[in-house]
Amino acid sequence: MRPMFQRAASALLVTAALAAAPIAPGIALAEEQYMAVPSSRVGPYSAMGTGYYGGIIDYMTYVNKTGGVNGVQLTWAECETEYNAARTVECYQRLLTGPNGQKMVVFDTLGTPGAYAVINRMAEDEVVLAQFGYGRTDAADGRVWSWVFNAAGHYWSQIAVKMNFMAQVEGGVENMRGKKIVHLHIDSAYGREPLPAMRQIAEDWGVNLVEISIPPPGLEQKSQWLQIRRERPDWVTFWGAGSGMNATGMTEAARVGFPRDRMMYVTFGGAEEDMVPAGDAAVGTYVVANVVPGKDFPLVQQINEVVYGAGAGNLANPERVGTVYWNRGVAAAVMWVEALKNAQAIHGKDGQAVTGPEFRDGYEALDFTEEKLAELGMTGMIAPFKLSCEKHDGSGRFKIMQWNGEKFDIISDDFVAAPDEGFIRGLVEASAEKFASENGMTVRDCP
Amino acid sequence: MNPEILFFFEVLIGGLLAGVMYSLVALGFVLIYKASSVFNFAQGAMVFFAVLSFVGFMELGLPFFLALLVTVGLMILVGMATERFVLRPLVNQHEDTLLMATIGLAFVLEGLAQLVWGVEVRRLDLGIRDEPIMRIADATGIFVSVLDLVAGLVAAVMVAVLAIVFSRTKVGLGLRAVADGHGAAMSIGIPLRQVWVFVWAAAGIVALVAGMLWGARAGVQFALVGLALKALPVLIIGGFTSVPGVIVAGLIVGASEKIAEVYIGPYFGGGIEGWAPYMLAVLFLMFRPEGLFGERIIRRV
Amino acid sequence: MYYRQAGTYRTGYAQDMRLMPLKEDRILLGLVLVIAFAVLPFTASDYWLSAILIPWLCMSLVAMGQNILMGYAGQLSLGAAGFMAAGAFACYNLILRVEWMPFPVAILLSGLIAAAIGIVFGLPSLRVRGLYLAVATLASQFFIVWVIDKFGWFKNYDTSGIITAQDIVIFGKAFTSPAEMYLVVLTITVLLTWAAMNMARGSAGRNWQAVRDMDVAAEVMGLSLLRTKLQAFAISSFYCGVGGALFAFTYLKSVEPAAFDINLSFRVLFMVLIGGLGTIIGSFYGAGFILLLPVFLNIFFHALFGKAVDASITSALEQVIFGVLIILFMIYEPLGLAKLWQNLQERMRRWPFKF
Repeated sequence: MRPMFQRAASALLVTAALAAAPIAPGIALAEEQYMAVPSSRVGPYSAMGTGYYGGIIDYMTYVNKTGGVNGVQLTWAECETEYNAARTVECYQRLLTGPNGQKMVVFDTLGTPGAYAVINRMAEDEVVLAQFGYGRTDAADGRVWSWVFNAAGHYWSQIAVKMNFMAQVEGGVENMRGKKIVHLHIDSAYGREPLPAMRQIAEDWGVNLVEISIPPPGLEQKSQWLQIRRERPDWVTFWGAGSGMNATGMTEAARVGFPRDRMMYVTFGGAEEDMVPAGDAAVGTYVVANVVPGKDFPLVQQINEVVYGAGAGNLANPERVGTVYWNRGVAAAVMWVEALKNAQAIHGKDGQAVTGPEFRDGYEALDFTEEKLAELGMTGMIAPFKLSCEKHDGSGRFKIMQWNGEKFDIISDDFVAAPDEGFIRGLVEASAEKFASENGMTVRDCP
Repeated sequence: MNPEILFFFEVLIGGLLAGVMYSLVALGFVLIYKASSVFNFAQGAMVFFAVLSFVGFMELGLPFFLALLVTVGLMILVGMATERFVLRPLVNQHEDTLLMATIGLAFVLEGLAQLVWGVEVRRLDLGIRDEPIMRIADATGIFVSVLDLVAGLVAAVMVAVLAIVFSRTKVGLGLRAVADGHGAAMSIGIPLRQVWVFVWAAAGIVALVAGMLWGARAGVQFALVGLALKALPVLIIGGFTSVPGVIVAGLIVGASEKIAEVYIGPYFGGGIEGWAPYMLAVLFLMFRPEGLFGERIIRRV
Repeated sequence: MYYRQAGTYRTGYAQDMRLMPLKEDRILLGLVLVIAFAVLPFTASDYWLSAILIPWLCMSLVAMGQNILMGYAGQLSLGAAGFMAAGAFACYNLILRVEWMPFPVAILLSGLIAAAIGIVFGLPSLRVRGLYLAVATLASQFFIVWVIDKFGWFKNYDTSGIITAQDIVIFGKAFTSPAEMYLVVLTITVLLTWAAMNMARGSAGRNWQAVRDMDVAAEVMGLSLLRTKLQAFAISSFYCGVGGALFAFTYLKSVEPAAFDINLSFRVLFMVLIGGLGTIIGSFYGAGFILLLPVFLNIFFHALFGKAVDASITSALEQVIFGVLIILFMIYEPLGLAKLWQNLQERMRRWPFKF
């Protein structure tokens, strides 16, 4: 009940303030670092956008309240993208230079369409595109995509991890021979993104792979599920977008009697927002997580205390602290802040703002060891990983979770890796090299 | 029975059931078009607004039926407000102007719904089971859920009631007169305002029902706005002005798109049901340019 | 007083047939063109050029195409984004596959390809009218995007299914900075606007309007409906195709087919309705309103409140205000923004008298 009244009250406040005089622009006092927040808070992807960007903003607020980045206060500007490629380009251009005159150093669209729309601007503008587990997979090759990162695990390692988990359940890779997997995906570039890796692994393992696509918005999937019923697959990997499509996938599965504990959802379908609307039909569904949800991590508790305790939280409903998207946003912001610290250290700018190229050096120097994660209070929240000039993808490891009707149960104690990480890396490099040669891009020499 | 034939029937029945769900959404369009020759662009937004408000009231602690009642009241209010602030100032304007005004209305409703209730995705539990009824499945091998049956029943009842209202009552006569011309209807003493309020409120209630049934499956969220797209081919084939046409066309669209997707789709990598119903609609239009049950267009020079 | 028709004498056919008979109009237009060509490229910031002016001009072209079909020829169509996609991907493939292809030729050809597709999907218009036609044209929208999405050839078999628009090179010079790209878009827009204005008032335009007002009557008077309607579809799709190619090459730069979805088609429809049906210049106003107003609202709200208010609330409130503004505009001036401008002109002519 309370959130509603808060919302109504704030809405009134906005309307009242509209009539009043504009607020004077803030004047920079302490050293500042400007960050860009291209959020999507209305429209079909708003549940995801409010959680993720809420997490990012909450962590930045937390950093500011606890001394900043070596004394540098974070400042940021938000822009509404409505999860739309054209609006994202506008936001990108608008946010490029902040109100304090600084240029932005990192851009995160939380979605493949937006990332694709801006991906070619990065080198020219010297901005890091931090794809947090979405977007262009072969950007993991830092020699070709020097400004693009995929630090939370990309779709190819994600699908490999899923197939590895299936093999575990089936009792080994040798038992996968002759099994049938349906890849049920939204009919878009994003839905087909895992296929190059998936087809290869399926061929190597002797798995029968069937691809079925859902035209967006996917609130109705009867023909797809009828086909699945006829195919009688052993597993379904679901690659949907938007909680309407994701929830419908589970309710339709229930209607054709397909067992939910034979379904594995993509990271962008594996959140509370996707499971809750499906009700009982969602129970048993597997999802993988690049950032583990939960409120028990010390960092999450700290943010809860420092930020929400002071009434400065960004989420309209504080209950959503610790959910999948919010935690993911926090982890994304942690990487930004750690990269800022690295950049300051590398370039001898302690306590000063850094530029785009300096930030990139800092991002490439990210090294999340177990000790580092413990120090940050996020042990077990993300897998340890280290980036470098050529390696722009993170750990490529995921935890397997299962929805129990209330929340996600963590099935795997440790993060699960792809069966053959070198193989995925090879695919990434081959694809990136093909892209570079076709588009006349220079391949960077990494030390 | 031969499993392939059985499967065909399953696809067919699945399609028919999906078609019923499309008809529910399309019904709201027909209501408003019939009474004011306006293509109501805001119908999708009304579905979203109505069902989100319903779930919102339940979250505030109202019991199911009270929340339903309050939401119905709210949709009547929306209908009245629409008449007062949008339609009344636009009496006798061209259809395109009214269409554009309903687009504005769609933005207002979408924005208001998200402003008041927030953007979280809600679950709507109607207490109706959406799993295959085992008795039917065992006997025939065909999967039908209780929710499917309820949706079909609700659609049939709504269509029947509205068809009777339109053809047999005085209100219905007034509605049809208004559709032929605002000025002419007013000049013979038909209370235009009441007719419009009635129709928009009715469309709002239809939207609520459609939203509840869809929301039970897909969750209550913004994506419901996009349902309007599914209704368009239904409207074309059925005719914008025919209430019974909606249900027949819904069944045709549902069945044919599922059959196309399952049997033809795989040859093209799937995903053809996005456009197949529109192609079908074009084919139908080649033979009957005003839809199956639409009023025959007579044009004089 | 300074803006009037009285005293304008026409002494020859050439003068009589001028696009703008009023001297004041010509001066105003000249001024606008000088600012657009000579002042803005040097003074406007990169944000204004690349995020506001370029998309606005591109979408104005598309809206113009929609307006030719809908406002002049009276054929309600909802396939604009599909034809934009056709133009964009045609342009990409032409430049990719034909080595010597200069950019202006590629743009022209992609417009023509879109026009050819437009003719095919315009065929139902011979039998179907009004809303029924609109929904029938949606078939083209879904089908074109589906074909491009499904067949890798159109995207040169990119693993992610997106294309990267090539640099614009004209006579060996690369046009890559925002100001340079803006000039390319502006030149094409001005040329096509001039062509559209002349078509609209010439015999083609009169034929379209005859068909719009009453096609049976037009046919009785000896007009070929087949030719007139398909011509309107072809020219409209040409404009959409060129607009789409420019949108992809100067604004989005990396494009996935899904960027040209049905919502974009709807937005083009809104642009025409709010700009004013049957007015070429209204396409610019409409595109500006639908494309830029939400952006300005967003900028305004963020400037006003900064971080003081939850952006979820301001974003939703922006939508409400946008909707209210549309309704208000329709009530105040149902004929669109172009009519507002016309009213202003008329008032200026009479000034200082009331009537």
